[in-house]
Amino acid sequence: MFEAIAFYLFAFLTIAMFWITVTTKHALYALTALAAGMIFISAFFFILGADFMGVIQIIVYSGAVMALYAFGMMFFDTTRELHEKNPSSTLVFLLGGMAALLVVIMVSAPIVSGSIEAAYPIIEGIGNTQAIGMVLFTKYLVPFEVAAVMLLVAMIAGIIMAGKKMDISYSEMSEEQIDEKLDAEVIA
Amino acid sequence: METSYLIETIIKIVTILLVFSALAGLGTYFERKVLAFMQRRLGPMMVGPYGLAQVAADGIKLFTKEDIIPTNVVARIFKIAPVITAATAFMAAAAIPFMPSFTIGGYTVNPIVSDINVGILYVLGVMAVGLYGPLLGGMASANKFSLLSAARGAAVFISYEVITGLSLLAPLMMVGSLSLIDLNNFQIEGQWMAVYQPVAFVLFWIAGFAETGRTPFHLVANDHEIIDGFGTEYSGMRWGLFFIGEYANMFFYSFLLAIIFLGGFGDGSVFGAFALLGKVAFFFFFFLWTRAAWPDVRPDQLMWLCWKVLMPLAVINIVITGFVLMF
Repeated sequence: MFEAIAFYLFAFLTIAMFWITVTTKHALYALTALAAGMIFISAFFFILGADFMGVIQIIVYSGAVMALYAFGMMFFDTTRELHEKNPSSTLVFLLGGMAALLVVIMVSAPIVSGSIEAAYPIIEGIGNTQAIGMVLFTKYLVPFEVAAVMLLVAMIAGIIMAGKKMDISYSEMSEEQIDEKLDAEVIA
Repeated sequence: METSYLIETIIKIVTILLVFSALAGLGTYFERKVLAFMQRRLGPMMVGPYGLAQVAADGIKLFTKEDIIPTNVVARIFKIAPVITAATAFMAAAAIPFMPSFTIGGYTVNPIVSDINVGILYVLGVMAVGLYGPLLGGMASANKFSLLSAARGAAVFISYEVITGLSLLAPLMMVGSLSLIDLNNFQIEGQWMAVYQPVAFVLFWIAGFAETGRTPFHLVANDHEIIDGFGTEYSGMRWGLFFIGEYANMFFYSFLLAIIFLGGFGDGSVFGAFALLGKVAFFFFFFLWTRAAWPDVRPDQLMWLCWKVLMPLAVINIVITGFVLMF
């Protein structure tokens, strides 16, 4: 019974949060509702007994949405409402509704046909973390490593893009040196 | 699910909430007294014996003060931000074992709300969500200094999250479990984890100051601008909630340090339980001691320390641990 109560509670909360995310005109509301929705989703993992996935959901998405906040801070005045350019709300509603319907059909089709089987059924006595580790380092080793290499490439590229002037530290220079430096840049 | 289980869980949750809210209040008293003695002052002395009733006086003041919502703030987010800080601090406590299990009248009680097998990840993950409090508080305020402080605070939290995670990895590799109870039991037979992993211990300890936003990493308050950072526009109990969250986080982080690195409650005897409380008290005192002894570091020094010193150390520590475990 508790599972049912928890499920409906968090289902309602998640949908409400994402509803706010899409409909609000306020960047701060949208971002906060997005973060809250992402965290509420982790409840479903906990209800299903997948503790590891639930915690990873919290850690990854709270960090990821944080990056969106940084963009929000840089591009908008987050305390004001935004005026979106939205030519036809009927079209948006229609396309969004159809996409949602498609997802529901895709997910529910195997349930209706009854041919649903766990590829990696729960093994008694082995924790969540170990089970994920085993699958990750045997069957999905190559995709896992490729993803790691991709992240490394992105990181190195980021460092190169940001690091062009990293040998200059303004906090170690005197005022005069900083002024000279800035003047030289203006002339150049 | 049994009714007894439900009642037990509710009692545990209420106990943790009450005990640590009260401790957060007392924590402010201890902080003032410790700082005062270290600076050759007396600290609070006027209300009650040795100023002990100062906590109650502060509480009454915070609760009865007018709750001001300034103009131009994003009211809803502004109101919810302090609640996030306080709530996530207490949510994180759900996976911390506060004492060894004991028996009352033939009924065994485990003083942990939920012993999930990813305990330490859960605690750190939920504590990390707590940084939404200062961030949202700063962004919702129509005040440049609040915004600055929020941005700076978020940068520090995110950077030091890396140190927390990487430094913990080496002890976790040795134990092979993420449950805090397993981490505690690992240290019963052998030495304390701090003996095997001194580097990880020190790194995790340093990162704790950033996670809880304490001096010398207290960048969420703009001390250099003589402005209180994200809390500038808050008043009354909303402002107090930020502090309850901060102090609760300090206590819970001290519990983590004691359980993971200093043997926790040991084999579960009465002595072990009191030893755990003693270790937690020491770590809490150390937070205050550092505040009395050190100034804040500059933001760029903080980032230098994080990315050029602590992170490489943590990674080297992991590699060495891996090799030792392998061969």
